[in-house]
Amino acid sequence: MAGSANDLEQSQTLEHAAGASGGTKAADRWTCPSIPTNPPLLRRILTAFIANEVRKVGVERVVVGLSGGVDSALSCLLAAEALGPHNVLAIKMPYRTSSPESLAHANLVIARAGVESLEIDITPQIDAYFARFPDADRVRRGNKMARERMTILYDHSARWHALVLGTSNKTELLLGYGTLHGDMASAVNPLGDLYKTQVWALAEAVGVPAEIVHKQPSADLWAGQTDEAELGFGYREVDRLLYCMVDLRYSRAELLAAGFPEEFVRRVSEMVRNSQFKRRLPIIAKVSQRTIDRDFRYARDWGR
Amino acid sequence: MAELFRRVAVVQLAPRLGDVEYNLQQLEAGVRRARQEGAHLVVFPELALTGYFLKDMVSTVAIRHDSAEMERLAAMSRGIEVVVGAVEESEDFRFFNSALYFRDGVLVHVHRKVYLPTYGLFDEARYLARGDRIRCFASALGRAAVLICEDLWHPSTAYVAALDGALAIICPSSSPLRGISEGRDHDDNAAYWELLNAVYAQTFGVFVVYANRVGFEDGVGFWGGSEVVSPTGQRLAKAKYYEEDFIVAELSLKEPRRQRVAAPLLRDENVDLTIRELCRIRRTGGVLGYKGEFADEEASEETPNGGKRERS
Repeated sequence: MAGSANDLEQSQTLEHAAGASGGTKAADRWTCPSIPTNPPLLRRILTAFIANEVRKVGVERVVVGLSGGVDSALSCLLAAEALGPHNVLAIKMPYRTSSPESLAHANLVIARAGVESLEIDITPQIDAYFARFPDADRVRRGNKMARERMTILYDHSARWHALVLGTSNKTELLLGYGTLHGDMASAVNPLGDLYKTQVWALAEAVGVPAEIVHKQPSADLWAGQTDEAELGFGYREVDRLLYCMVDLRYSRAELLAAGFPEEFVRRVSEMVRNSQFKRRLPIIAKVSQRTIDRDFRYARDWGR
Repeated sequence: MAELFRRVAVVQLAPRLGDVEYNLQQLEAGVRRARQEGAHLVVFPELALTGYFLKDMVSTVAIRHDSAEMERLAAMSRGIEVVVGAVEESEDFRFFNSALYFRDGVLVHVHRKVYLPTYGLFDEARYLARGDRIRCFASALGRAAVLICEDLWHPSTAYVAALDGALAIICPSSSPLRGISEGRDHDDNAAYWELLNAVYAQTFGVFVVYANRVGFEDGVGFWGGSEVVSPTGQRLAKAKYYEEDFIVAELSLKEPRRQRVAAPLLRDENVDLTIRELCRIRRTGGVLGYKGEFADEEASEETPNGGKRERS
C-alpha cells in the first residue's frame, strides 16, 4: 500500500508543482475539502434504493435491529419512508448490561417512525453460552452479542417475509469497526456509502430525535464504552481523512501536505488494509473452470 | 422551406436485469405510448432490452439478427422509428453493446458502442466486443448518428458524427448516479452530462436526444434525467431524475440551420489541419505515447518551419 518508491515519486511531483507556482511550499497548497452532505438528495436516493432493492426480490418488508444509536435510527426512518411504517419491524435486543438510555432512544425512534416493534432480551442465551466460557473477554462477549442479534434478525426476516436492513456506515466498514457476521450482516444496506459525518447530517434532516443525533456514538458492548475513545480518534476527524484517502484518492504525501498527522494516516491506512477481509466473501480455493465470484460472475440482482 | 416539426419521445424506464421478455413488454408499451403521442421517433436507454450490469449473462441475453426478439422489435416500429439498446451477437459470435434503429419494421442502422468503459464501477470490455465505426444515417430528424453513453464522453465521436453530417446525435445511456454535492437536486454525474449535452448541441449545431435509464442494479442507481437539447442549447424536454418518466419534445428541423447561421463553426472547421495534426501525433507519440499501427508507413515528417525532411 505505502510503497516507498511511489511516495518518493509523489513527493517529487509535489515539490515540482510547488516550485512551478513560485516557491510556495507544497504543504500550504493541499487542503482537505469538506465532505458534501446534501440531505435532501441523499434522502431521495436512499429511499428509492430501499424501495427498489427490497421490492424487486418480491418482498415488501424489512426488519432492522434498533440499538438506540443514530445509524439504526436513520436506517429505520428511511425504510419507514420508503416502504411505509407498517412494513418495517424494528427489533430491540438489549443485554442486561446495555444502557437503559439505549432502550429509551430506540423507543423514541419507534414512536417517531410509527413502525412495528419487538423487544427480545438476549441475556438468557448469552449468559447460558458464556457460563461454559467464563473467562471470555469483553471483545468476545461483544462479538457474540452482535452475532446473536444477527441470528434473531434473520429468524424474524424469515418469519415476517422480510429482508434484513443494514445499518453499517462507510466509516465503520472502511475501518473494520464492526462484527463480521454480526452487525455487518444484512441483505440491503442504505448507509454503507455514507460517512458518519453524512449520517449525522441526514439523520437530523429526516427527523431522528436530536438526543440520538448528538450523543456520543457507542456500540454499547460494555458500560461506558464510546466508539471514539476506543478508536482513539473522532469520527469527524477520521471521516475527513478517509474522504481524502478513499474518495479523492490522495496519496500519502498529499494527505500529509493537507495537514493530517503522519501517525494518524499510518494507523488509519493500516486499519483499512487489515480489515479488507471483512468486506469480502470468504476465500474460495479454485479448482474448477468456473469458480464463484471469480469467473462465475453475476449481479446479485440477476433476473430482477 | 416550410418549418418542419418532428416529435421525439424518450422512454425513461428501469429494465429488469437479464429478463428479456419482461423488458420487451416494457418496450412495446413504450412504443404504444409514443405512437399515441404522435411521435415520429422513440428512443430507449442503452441496454433497455437486458439491463446493464450483465456480466456473465451477456451471452445468454444476446440477440442475433435472426432472433425472434429481433422480429418483435422490428414489428414494434411500424409507422414509427425506434431506437433500442440491446446485446447484439454477430455472425462470428462476438457480443456488442448495440443500439438498434428500426423504421417501419426494418432494422435500418446499428451502432455498436465504440468506447467500452472498464474503469471505476465499469467492466464492459471484459464482456463485450468493441464497435469500430461511427456512421451517420437518415433518420426522422434528418441525418443523425447514434452514440452510446461512454462514446459521448469522447469528444472525437461527436466530432466525427458532426463532420459526417449529423444534424442530431441520439444517445441511449445507462448512466449511474454518483457523486453528491451540496445544494442541488441531482448528483455530480447528472450535472456533468447536462453540461456535455448542451456543449455538444451548441458546438456542433445538432439536436442531442439523450435517453437515460433509472432503477437500481446491485445498489447502483441510474439517474434518469433524459433530455432533448436543441442546437441552440435550449432544453426542449427534460425527464425526472431517478424515476421512470416519458417525455416528448417537438423540434423544428430549422433549428440546426439557425444555430449554424449564427455560429458557423462547422463551416470553419479545418478537417485537413485536424487530420494532419492527428497523423503527426500518432506518428510521434503524443500524450498517450501512442505510435499507431501505421506509424512506419509515414515516410516523412514535417519540420517546424513547415518543410519536409526524410526520416533517418
